[in-house]
Amino acid sequence: MATEIIIHDQKDNVGVVVIEKITPKQECNCWIMENDSSKSIQSKDEIPLGHKIAMIDLNEGDTILKYGHDIGKVVKPIKKGEHVHVHNVKTKKW
Amino acid sequence: MEIPKSFLGYKRENGRAGTRNHVIILPVDDISNACAESVSNNIKGTIALPHSYGRLQFGADLELHFRTMIGTGCNPNVAAVIVIGIEPKWTKKIVDGIAKTGKPVEGFHIERTGDIGTVMKASKKAQEFVMWASEKQREECPISDLWISVKCGESDTTSGLASNPTVGNLMDKLEPLGVHLCFGETSELTGAEKVCATRGATKEASDKFMKTWSAYNDFILKEATDDLSESQPTAGNIAGGLTTIEEKAFGNFQKIGNCKFVDVLEPAEEPKKGKGLYFMDTSSAAAECVTLQAAAGFNIHLFPTGQGNIVGNPIEPVVKLTANPLTAKSMSEHVDCDVSKILSREMNLSEAGDKLIETTLRVANGRLTCAEALGHKEFVMTKLYRSA
Repeated sequence: MATEIIIHDQKDNVGVVVIEKITPKQECNCWIMENDSSKSIQSKDEIPLGHKIAMIDLNEGDTILKYGHDIGKVVKPIKKGEHVHVHNVKTKKW
Repeated sequence: MEIPKSFLGYKRENGRAGTRNHVIILPVDDISNACAESVSNNIKGTIALPHSYGRLQFGADLELHFRTMIGTGCNPNVAAVIVIGIEPKWTKKIVDGIAKTGKPVEGFHIERTGDIGTVMKASKKAQEFVMWASEKQREECPISDLWISVKCGESDTTSGLASNPTVGNLMDKLEPLGVHLCFGETSELTGAEKVCATRGATKEASDKFMKTWSAYNDFILKEATDDLSESQPTAGNIAGGLTTIEEKAFGNFQKIGNCKFVDVLEPAEEPKKGKGLYFMDTSSAAAECVTLQAAAGFNIHLFPTGQGNIVGNPIEPVVKLTANPLTAKSMSEHVDCDVSKILSREMNLSEAGDKLIETTLRVANGRLTCAEALGHKEFVMTKLYRSA
């Protein structure tokens, strides 16, 4: 089965696009590496290769989890299926 | 895959083995570059290593300069060395340091002779060295003679997903065979530093790591005018989908697999605790990091890239791998090992690790890397602070 999104850890609330791009309203297959399981999600944005998609709704101040670890904080609310990047997430360092 | 137990390397006088057989012309300082380059121009098969420093340095910065110079000459990928400096004293100090390996080395200083006389004398010696080195043959060496350094660059999320874990898989498979391994990039472990510290093989190693990272972080907090978000992650990282330094750090960290580090090294410091994985305190700038690792004696480098870093090193072959299918396609002349099939799930991590081991051994046996074929010879000294 084709995989459009890879998720490192089952705790993660974001996944990574692994095809050239996904388009709005695309039904995507997600592979969770940690336990070799699958789930699906409908995208809301166009998201290019290597960029992240929100797997759940996220509010300002929430923590983004990837590799099962804290990689930053949400600074603007994000809906499930939206693009997650520098416009809505910031480092907790510096 | 059954991992080969040996490779074909050049045995050196001190018991180490090289994957290359270079004769280098090493300038002690910036103003001796012209002489060094003239010699390498005269004598085919030698390479000059020009750089920007070596005058009026002092304290820890000067010590690092000498450690890098001497370590570069001592690297087993180097058969013989010509050292050229403006003054006799520092030139001799570097010659004496390299001579301890037992390899041929000779120094020349320019004062009271001038460039032309120095080039003549040094060229004669360089010709003798290169003709001697050209007769050296590759011999069977145990795989434990490989000292493998790693550093990633122009990373994106495919680095953390696939190319860095491929390097980690290689480490997990080669560590039990007695190789030396080294990772660095103090700044790019920021965000993952506490998790990284738990990977010390001893409490002493973990504590030393946290001390090194904290010293670096204090320096950043003191010097930074705003924050590092303009340079960490880089514009290339952001284009590739990396959002924060923490995300970059956890991706970076995948390179060491499940290995634990036995010690923390100063920049360019030679490992002294035997086989296994070492952490070195380095900048995360590619050429600086590889130069320091080469000066510590590492003889082959693995470099995972996402968006396509093109770095090479004059003495340590740099093997490039990528999991980004766009990079593999659009920059194929820079990619020694394409593992992009991991993302389409046509290749698993263990298969990718095997493919990288195979590529690494072919390069160790003499196959040129893409960076070597393209002429990448980035030799960049790390400078700790301004000179006197």
